[in-house]
Amino acid sequence: MDLSFNAEERAFQSEVRGFIAKNLTDEMKRATALTPSVFSDPDIGMAWQRALHKQGWGAPGWPVDHGGPSWTPAQRWIFESECARAGVPNVNVMGVKMVGPVIIGFGSPEQKNFYLPRILSGEDYWCQGYSEPGSGSDLSSLKTRAVRDGDDYIINGTKIWTTHAHHANRMFALVRTSDGARQQDGISFILIDMKTPGITIRPILTIGGDHEVNQVFFDDVRVPVANRVGDEGKGWTYGKYLLEFERGAGIASAKLREGLRAITELAESDLTGRAIDSPDIASRISEVEVDIDALEMTELRVLSALQTGQNPGAVSSILKLRNSEIRQAVTRLGVDVIGHDALAVEPMRPLYKLNHEPTMPEDMLTVVPEYLNGRAYTIFGGTSEIQRDIIAKMMLGI
Amino acid sequence: MDLNLSDEQRLLRESAERFVAESYDADHRRNAANDPLGFSPAVWKQFAELGWLALPIPEEFDGLGGGPVEIGILMEAFGRGLVSEPYIATVVLGAALIEKCGSIAQRQASLPKIADGSLKLAFAHSERAARFDLAKVTTSANKTAHGWYLSGSKIAVLDGHAADEIIVSAHLHDHQGPSGRIGLFLVPATAQGLVISDYPRLGGGRACNIELSDVQLPEDTLLGDGKDALPAIEWAVDRTMAALGAETVGIMQTLLDTTLDYTKIRKQFGRPLSANQVIRHRLADMAIQADEARSMALRAALKADNPPVERARAASAAKAKIGKCARFVGEQSIQLHGGMGVTEELEVGAYFKRLVAFDTLFGGTAHHYSRHAQLGRTTKAA
Repeated sequence: MDLSFNAEERAFQSEVRGFIAKNLTDEMKRATALTPSVFSDPDIGMAWQRALHKQGWGAPGWPVDHGGPSWTPAQRWIFESECARAGVPNVNVMGVKMVGPVIIGFGSPEQKNFYLPRILSGEDYWCQGYSEPGSGSDLSSLKTRAVRDGDDYIINGTKIWTTHAHHANRMFALVRTSDGARQQDGISFILIDMKTPGITIRPILTIGGDHEVNQVFFDDVRVPVANRVGDEGKGWTYGKYLLEFERGAGIASAKLREGLRAITELAESDLTGRAIDSPDIASRISEVEVDIDALEMTELRVLSALQTGQNPGAVSSILKLRNSEIRQAVTRLGVDVIGHDALAVEPMRPLYKLNHEPTMPEDMLTVVPEYLNGRAYTIFGGTSEIQRDIIAKMMLGI
Repeated sequence: MDLNLSDEQRLLRESAERFVAESYDADHRRNAANDPLGFSPAVWKQFAELGWLALPIPEEFDGLGGGPVEIGILMEAFGRGLVSEPYIATVVLGAALIEKCGSIAQRQASLPKIADGSLKLAFAHSERAARFDLAKVTTSANKTAHGWYLSGSKIAVLDGHAADEIIVSAHLHDHQGPSGRIGLFLVPATAQGLVISDYPRLGGGRACNIELSDVQLPEDTLLGDGKDALPAIEWAVDRTMAALGAETVGIMQTLLDTTLDYTKIRKQFGRPLSANQVIRHRLADMAIQADEARSMALRAALKADNPPVERARAASAAKAKIGKCARFVGEQSIQLHGGMGVTEELEVGAYFKRLVAFDTLFGGTAHHYSRHAQLGRTTKAA
């Protein structure tokens, strides 16, 4: 056993650092640090995606035939860790990490040829149409319906929590094409052009003051049948495959560590009256740091298993659950560390383009919004309660 | 980067798990608990035959040259069966201190005997007033023309009653070198002026308090050349905490398995307890925490020979986190067993008590979060 990286892996690490140093602009870095929502806005995120694509690194998880860099799991770990450490933009994952793998796994040759290059280059910007107002955790109860009409489907219904729908030109969605014996049957996976007539978007502001998610309405929206991925009625299988990617990317600890580092720096600064001098705050910082150590170690254990072709199984649910909980712990700590400054609200967005002097130091601007928005981490991608159900069933057999 | 077990490590795990499953049943544990010795000399002999006592000892001293990861594999299996043999005292702490501090002659004299099972050790370091501060020692060693004289009181000495020799820490007063140095002495259990008061230890095995009144020792009982032993003590205690962490992971796994089985067969309101989501989620949390503890024990083992601050932070991180997880898993195991969990009729309580003992040994969760924090700030200042 060995925790350290070998010479090749260290060389790769230097290569990644070199790439980041060359391509990450101060503007991107500042904008990322001052974004209190999950993903960077497209102007920032897609600039980074284009740089990655130029390097051949646009889709680390994809097979080499479709433009993936054929990295080992350890290389992916190093790449993600270095990106987190450097504070690169948080590229919307809906294209590369979510719909991409589904198209690769189940799409037609035409779909692969058309969509995959556009995901890599950032030409297309994707959003995800899964949840509905009546279908959250019980996702397969979804009611948005696609009725066949010649070579088209006509879609009616509504999707909610649609991240960046207001920026996206495409959506992948689960829609009901028939009523099966089980509610999971009769669901199809479909790709929708967001400019199609009949689509309207209602913005939803989250409690941190950010516009990241939306509700999307479909009124007689015509979508070609050719835009269906895989078989009609098998969408649930494809959708679940995608959720595995959403939960189990499994490389989250580096980002958490970076978040804690920022909070610790504030705690060590005179701006907070050196909050860290309180033994309680100091111990809590250690407690969160140790939780991150444990998560990182579990990620590395999973990675080691993957390297030798073993299946890590339900551990991806543990990773999702702990990542979300620890992220909330980091942001909670942040609020306690900044003290008085937690009272002030800065309503304007984006925070990196304010047209006035903020009432608090810039480094503190995201602290409260991140804490508030961050409550969503234990809700999206399968709530913590759903994850515990999965762990009980898959790991414990109950 | 590779965290998969090697073939040798896998074999070690299999043989240790098999041994514990076959030899360590409830009756065995009960007998050991009632035995004034607290463990079975026959089992100790088997440990020697299996090579486990030689595991971390360098090959040049008849050992197998294993490291903290191998020790962790063994300790996790020990935890599953609540093994009470004095392995920590003799092999993990004792052999490590002699290897680190002893002269060639002292290593030559002791290490092969540890490996073959003919020498049992204990480490007497903690003192009441020091609490968990390893640097605080008031026991004194005065050098005279007739050798050393040791006086002082030690508490919470693991398995001291069974040791042939006890490694005692004391402040050196020899009018040489800088003051404030801590030295380690190899004190024969039969030494005049040494009084051992032993007691059954929470969760199995035994411990003792030791009084030293002008215990006279020959010069060569001081390990090494009299340089300050504190760094070596910290190093040895850090790897011991990693080993104890692995043992605790084994204990947690047994508790989780037992509790899981129980909730599947125990019926209330006409259905198994495990049919209730509140119970399933509790068990999921227990499984998560057991897994986090496993990660932390392995991490501490893998960093046990890293530079001091990094090693110590990993050890404290493991001790704090595993302690927290262990309390949760232990307390919930009792809770989910209902009234029976609070009785001596089930073994859940025995396993739980060992977890509580773990959390106390070398300082609990709060102490180690605080040590972790202090060490972090030292690094920044440096």
